[in-house]
Amino acid sequence: MTAARPVRGRRTAHALGLLFSAVMAFPVYWMLLTAFRPATEIHRSPPALWPGHLTLEHFRRAVETPAFWSSVRASALVGAGTVVLALLIGTLAAYAVARFSFTGRRVFVVTVLCVQMLPLVGLIIPVYLLLSDVGLTDSLTGVILTYLVFTLPFTVWLLRSFVAGIPVELEEAAMVDGCTRLGAFRRVGLPLLAPGLVATSLYALVQAWNEYVLAYVLLSSNDKQTLSVWLVSFQTGFGTDYGGLMAGATLTALPVVVFFVLVQRKVAAGLAAGAVKG
Amino acid sequence: MDTAPARDSAPPRTTAADARRGAPASRRPVLPYLLIAPTVLALAVVLGYPLAGLLLLSFQDMTRRELFSGAAPPWAGADNYRTVLTDGFFWEVLARTLLFTLVCVGVTMALAVPVALLMRRVDPWLRAVMAGVLVAVWAMPVMVAASVFRWLSDADDGVLNWLLGLLPGVDLDKHNWFYDPWQGFAVIAGVVVWGALPFAVLTLEAALTQVPRELAEAAVLDGANARQLFRHVTLPVIRPALVLVTALLAIGCTGVFNEIWLLRGGRPESDYYLLGVYSFIESFAVNRYSTGAAISVITVLLLLGGAVVYVRRLRALGEIE
Repeated sequence: MTAARPVRGRRTAHALGLLFSAVMAFPVYWMLLTAFRPATEIHRSPPALWPGHLTLEHFRRAVETPAFWSSVRASALVGAGTVVLALLIGTLAAYAVARFSFTGRRVFVVTVLCVQMLPLVGLIIPVYLLLSDVGLTDSLTGVILTYLVFTLPFTVWLLRSFVAGIPVELEEAAMVDGCTRLGAFRRVGLPLLAPGLVATSLYALVQAWNEYVLAYVLLSSNDKQTLSVWLVSFQTGFGTDYGGLMAGATLTALPVVVFFVLVQRKVAAGLAAGAVKG
Repeated sequence: MDTAPARDSAPPRTTAADARRGAPASRRPVLPYLLIAPTVLALAVVLGYPLAGLLLLSFQDMTRRELFSGAAPPWAGADNYRTVLTDGFFWEVLARTLLFTLVCVGVTMALAVPVALLMRRVDPWLRAVMAGVLVAVWAMPVMVAASVFRWLSDADDGVLNWLLGLLPGVDLDKHNWFYDPWQGFAVIAGVVVWGALPFAVLTLEAALTQVPRELAEAAVLDGANARQLFRHVTLPVIRPALVLVTALLAIGCTGVFNEIWLLRGGRPESDYYLLGVYSFIESFAVNRYSTGAAISVITVLLLLGGAVVYVRRLRALGEIE
């Protein structure tokens, strides 16, 4: 009996694990299935759970909507701008917090942590007024600046733990060998920080890619709207064209999924070491 | 993690080493301030200033005229807050928001803890499958997730109605999930929980790897059963991660906006208002900017409550020296 119990427990555990994976994966599967199957199969009752004929007609329709390519361009610019700026500014602050003790350090850290909790939705009106004062409404620059500020706190926090994880002796050794502090950081610290930078850039990209409200309120020209806005207008404009909608959803998710898969390991390491220290 | 102690003591050691080497005293205090200056500047201008603006706005009476002419809105004192706080509808929205948060966080954690424990027990291949699925779900943009759930729960051709209809005694043909707000919120909570599970499970799983194997083995040798093992060995190790995940989830759920907005086609009925949607509608659909601002201020104060728990927990962990 003692031998039988672990085996049965293991089987149950595996069955539960497979069930969980199937339930979690189902919405993604159904999105892909709908995006690739002909309209007649989408509206068939009862629905077929397995792929039959495959078609690209929904993708063609989604790509041919007027604002698609300009939305891709806008999202790419906003995503890249937010990531680059957040990493640049965030690394400096993370380095200061991880490597120096200075007056006001704790206040800075606590402020950064609290600010991270502020919802962008709640600050839309005053952010809008500020950007309109400086003429940055309906401009991608205004959107990038706002996203930057909302991603910066967590960027600093995450990078801080990565910087702190690099033994300071390495940089000191480089300085003894004649490097300046900046040189030591560039030659020794930065290469070791690369996994942290990748994990952090993923976070910043996801934030910028996901955001909807600000882009919706701020960007009034059609050729500047981002993919989130495009996806929502797709649903209001095309009613229940679920084939086209799922194709559009697939296209919107694709860049983030690809990036996620590429850096998955580093993200896991980043989580373990950074945001939540186990 | 064996590098943790070294990491924690890194900052003090740096300064000590600097002092020993006799680094110029005048340089040391300036550099860190220069390094944090861009962050401080960006936060102050694009976040601090609007935050102050929001607070100010909530004590004024701004209408469309002032918004477009740029004239200073008249002072309103605490009128906006009085209007909001004496409005029964506000309390209804607040209660709904809290209930929604409670349910979403509760369901997410009730699933995440067993699944994370499960991931430690299954074979490596299945753990890889589970992690892969979770990462794929994690990567789904919010608007994509909401679109997919809208299609799943569609009244005419949605697969959800058909799947549930397979259960004996259930007939959901052409059933509209959003006719009854309770059912509608069940779908919305479904999107939120589905989207939040990857973060919760993977973080807790990472925390579970920190449970020392020898400790667990010793407890089993001493006759501890599974429940005692979890309570006395596992729980103390993962408790910090549990609290952090719960706090972050609670903050995320309180601020939910996108899922409701999309699932209700950009025109949520008043039964579907949570605080975020309510303040947005007050401001941009009804043009009562100041009432909207007052609701936002109250929301921000609520969220700061969650932030305090989070920060205190980090401090207890020694993350904030």
